[in-house]
Amino acid sequence: MAQISLKNLRKTYPNGFEAVVPTNIDISDGEFVVLVGPSGCGKSTLLRMVAGLEDITEGTLSINGRQVNHVDPADRDIAMVFQNYALYPHMTVRKNIGYGLKNRKIASDEIEAKVQVAAKMLNLTEYLDSKPNQLSGGQRQRVAMGRAVVRDPALFLFDEPLSNLDAKLRHQMRIEIKSLQRRLGVTSIYVTHDQVEAMTMADRIVVLNGGRIEQIGTPAEIYDAPASTFVASFMGAPPMNLIEGRLDAGHVKIGDDVTLMDAEGTGPVTIGVRPEDVELTPSGHLTFSVDLVEELGAHRLLHGQMAGQPFTIHVGKDVEVQSGDIRINLKPDALCLFDSDTGIAR
Amino acid sequence: MTDMTQDANVIPIRRIRWSRVLDHVILIAGSLFMLIPLLVVLQTTTTTDVETMKYGPELLLGDQFDDNLKKAMFKASGFAGENTGTSMLINSMILGLGFALGKIVIGMMAAYALVYFRLRFATFAFWLIFTTLLLPLEVRILPSYEIAQQLGLLNTYTGLIVPLIASATATFFFRQYFRSVPEELVEAARIDGAGPVKFFIDILVPLSQTMIAAMFIIMFVFGWNQYLWPTMITTDEDMYTLVRGIKQITQDLEGTNIPEYGRANMLALIAILPPVVVVIFFQSWFVKGLTESDK
Repeated sequence: MAQISLKNLRKTYPNGFEAVVPTNIDISDGEFVVLVGPSGCGKSTLLRMVAGLEDITEGTLSINGRQVNHVDPADRDIAMVFQNYALYPHMTVRKNIGYGLKNRKIASDEIEAKVQVAAKMLNLTEYLDSKPNQLSGGQRQRVAMGRAVVRDPALFLFDEPLSNLDAKLRHQMRIEIKSLQRRLGVTSIYVTHDQVEAMTMADRIVVLNGGRIEQIGTPAEIYDAPASTFVASFMGAPPMNLIEGRLDAGHVKIGDDVTLMDAEGTGPVTIGVRPEDVELTPSGHLTFSVDLVEELGAHRLLHGQMAGQPFTIHVGKDVEVQSGDIRINLKPDALCLFDSDTGIAR
Repeated sequence: MTDMTQDANVIPIRRIRWSRVLDHVILIAGSLFMLIPLLVVLQTTTTTDVETMKYGPELLLGDQFDDNLKKAMFKASGFAGENTGTSMLINSMILGLGFALGKIVIGMMAAYALVYFRLRFATFAFWLIFTTLLLPLEVRILPSYEIAQQLGLLNTYTGLIVPLIASATATFFFRQYFRSVPEELVEAARIDGAGPVKFFIDILVPLSQTMIAAMFIIMFVFGWNQYLWPTMITTDEDMYTLVRGIKQITQDLEGTNIPEYGRANMLALIAILPPVVVVIFFQSWFVKGLTESDK
């Protein structure tokens, strides 16, 4: 169990590229933190710095108050699960799981006992004598998990562990990993580019972009109050609608002088609204013209135009939709305002 | 279900494709042509030397196979009388195995250093090793001989094997192979607490099995067939290898003796066998090692 603290952690490569700008994150005991962002945002680099697979250019990394900047990965009391599983192909599942213990000079009967416990936890008992190439993708990922679990480390690191699995299996493994982490209470850092994984698994999400932290918060905070237009458009599927409006004498207005809400200031402003925070009502003040209806079974997505800008609305399956223009209202307390120039929340 | 079984019972009509037949005729004819020298060798091992001298190679097999085999394996030639077929076979075996294993061990370790350690000038070092392919033994035989002689390695197995085992070929193949091992595997091993030696022995060597087998075939056959170096480095007759000893016997034409065709050809046949066995035994591994990329 561990507290992790990243203080001004920075990574620059010899060619001058700054992969991670000085970053501060504090992770408390037992927390499940997800680093999420598009490819090249520095999330994997950050994780690999914590693992010790990548040198730290500047700043300090401490695990339980002990600075571990120059500690060997094997001595950091961490375990890591890799994207491509990284199982040793020539070893049986039993040996794969026990290898880290064997290297730590633990007695073989003790290793066997621990491997049995881990295998039972992950439903791998009947596969203990199989080689990795006889297993399915999900089973291989479970072996990789077993290798981490058996060590009973202070910190789990996950580097996009589910991106090689198909959608159904990914959903199932997501739940398994999350419940396992809950049960063991081990502090975890999980890297993914998939915002659904981030939302569903995290206690706290760190959204990264271009080596910089855009926002740290609980999934609800990130979803409801994104700190920037980047976060607003990255998190959520479909993403938050971002439309250009203006501030005029204490009112936020779009289109033909429709007032949405009250706010200080003047000038242009970006208004963010989640597709589900829209009411379809004949008395609505805004006109939305439907171009396309996306049928998703449990609900529908209406794609179209509002006030001359692209807009998406999320409606339940029992809502009747005709093509053509419909009247809508935006829920005023669900609106987010962003600075038009910087994209930062106001 | 019933439909499917009915379908399966229909016997497909196979047309004879004449182009295929032609392909096979050509292949079979070519193989037979390549086999002729071997068949001649086989035939002469079964007749007496006098008959071979009188009639040359014949189509019928004789009945002297046992006799020739005994002569080849147990009769010594030369002055000291130590180089029987058996002792030469053992020498050849030691040379072939030592040569192959030595090259594999040295090549693997060199490749390991080049691929996995942050060596200054690693690429340069690799190309330096690689250019030694341009300097085969024949080119550097005098200095090599002199060094071996000064180290007192003449007429020893060490002198026979060690000067030959530095290998650019093996280093190259293992380097390419190691570079294709996923980076994540190295990282997982690091986190699992495997140091450089453990990683090499626990992970890399078992992973390279097929590559090792492929290298073993190439190098064993190569070592087995060495002629020039053993001739230079060994003068003692009990150090003779097979490949070298055969020549010694056919040279007996001097004087009024009939050359010992049967015995020499029997030795040639014996000399062919181990490489053939190695190739047959390791064949599937060989193909896997050089082509498969699944790790």
